[in-house]
Amino acid sequence: MDLRDLYQDIILDHGQRPRNFRVQEHPSHVAQGHNPLCGDRITVYLTLEGERIADVSFQGRGCAISQASASLMTEILKGKTLAEAETLFRGFHAKVTGGDAPAAPEALADEMERLEPLSGVKAYPARVKCATLAWHAFEAALKSGSAGATVKTE
Amino acid sequence: MTPVTPVRPRQGGALDPRAIRRDFPIFERNPGLVFLDSGASAQKPAAVIDGVAEYYRSDYANVHRGVYRLSARSTELYEAARETARRFLNAREAAEIVFVRGGTEGINLVANSWGATFLKPGDEVLITELEHHANIVPWQLLRDRIGFALKVAPIDATGGLDLAAFEARLGPRTRLVAVTHQANATGAVLPVEAIARLAHARGAKVLVDGCQAAPRLPVDVQAIDCDFYVFSGHKTYGPTGIGVLYGRKALLDAMPPWQGGGDMILDVTFEKTTFQDPPARFEAGTPDISGAIGLGIALDYVEALGRDAILEHEEALTSYGVDRLSRLAGVRLVGAGQRRLGILSFQVDDIHPHDLATILDRHKVAVRAGHHCAQPLIDKLGLGATTRASLGIYNDESDIDALAEAVTAAQRMFKR
Repeated sequence: MDLRDLYQDIILDHGQRPRNFRVQEHPSHVAQGHNPLCGDRITVYLTLEGERIADVSFQGRGCAISQASASLMTEILKGKTLAEAETLFRGFHAKVTGGDAPAAPEALADEMERLEPLSGVKAYPARVKCATLAWHAFEAALKSGSAGATVKTE
Repeated sequence: MTPVTPVRPRQGGALDPRAIRRDFPIFERNPGLVFLDSGASAQKPAAVIDGVAEYYRSDYANVHRGVYRLSARSTELYEAARETARRFLNAREAAEIVFVRGGTEGINLVANSWGATFLKPGDEVLITELEHHANIVPWQLLRDRIGFALKVAPIDATGGLDLAAFEARLGPRTRLVAVTHQANATGAVLPVEAIARLAHARGAKVLVDGCQAAPRLPVDVQAIDCDFYVFSGHKTYGPTGIGVLYGRKALLDAMPPWQGGGDMILDVTFEKTTFQDPPARFEAGTPDISGAIGLGIALDYVEALGRDAILEHEEALTSYGVDRLSRLAGVRLVGAGQRRLGILSFQVDDIHPHDLATILDRHKVAVRAGHHCAQPLIDKLGLGATTRASLGIYNDESDIDALAEAVTAAQRMFKR
């Protein structure tokens, strides 16, 4: 596998200029993601309106893969319902671990397509956790609410 | 067992890394491998691999138990390895050498036996900011049980130990100073002789973590005048699962066992057990016999190359590496104080160490990326993570060149 399959332009772009890279003052949900392997930490902020994700953002530092994954995640999740977010997470997880992906509903096909550039990490087992860090933090935020939590990738 | 004599012809006393590489099968099986992660674990010479296999084939039996020929032979080989380790550290007697699982277990043994017996609430243990987690966490665990104070001596602006600040933190209640001989994250060599002198002047005992230093520096525990010294076999070209704790005889004699079991007892009844003298007192259960024998072979191999020749080699290659990496734009070496040895810890602008390590791997360059189990130091330096190239006896300038070229390739890839 070529390195360029992992470090595609879209990954480098999101890694170097992450979108939605900001703190939210009053999020309804927040959680920290921590990768003990490298010490990287990100915080995911989430504002829900009912079942819909009104705003999602993140801040922290990490490698190009984890930054790009967090950035793409925030772009894709904004405006989605929690059920849709859950489906996307499962689809994404399968994509980066090489597992069986449950068929995404037609309505989310575009979103799944946008996550495709990250599928390169499945050839780099040591890097899968970099790609899933933000998503695990997102899940932890949902569970813990505004009090916050820390989720580790180990 | 067929004696393995790993003597390598030397040219003018200097190491010949190309010839040494031929002693290490990993390089034959992985053509083009540029192995720069010996600080995490070193590769093994054929003498060690074959010696361990040969022991299992020809001489294996348990030690210190059977009266039959094979068991006596095993015991002889195991104890010969202890004598080799004694020589390697220049300890006074073999009874001062305890076989443990590695440096980590050696420190935990001292904490749980010496520390749990002699440290009292209100006492102080002094470590430094340069320590590996293995020389931080055991003391925190013990502190939480006993209630002594764990103090930390800071680094100076160059990344070396601030010796004046260290001295200032030594107090009348300091019972133990536990310091690394060489910082694993940055390669900084600490002045352990001076540290031991200062500590002893205040009546404190001294433990030195030699995991990085043992494979690189001639180590003389009598010259350092430390009370405990630990190192890991696997970083010293030996097998995993074996390491050495040196302890001054009088201290080991006064220490209680930390694990109970077979081989460490004199007499057992259901009412009372009396214990063996050191080192057997600290080696409960069947030990890692083949590991110890393999370690003995590795130490013999290192001695045959020459400890001074190895040090010269590591020094020369370190300064070549510092020079080569410093000339790359956007590359910054992490400070290692007055003396850096065998480890090049660095950062590359706009490329995270994990991305860099993945790209270097594609160029067959194996390095470590992250906090190197020294998170407090990396945090103190404000770095988050670094990329670490660590050197061994089989590395030469071509490996440093390959590293520099791969870093440049990564920079090209990330330049947008």
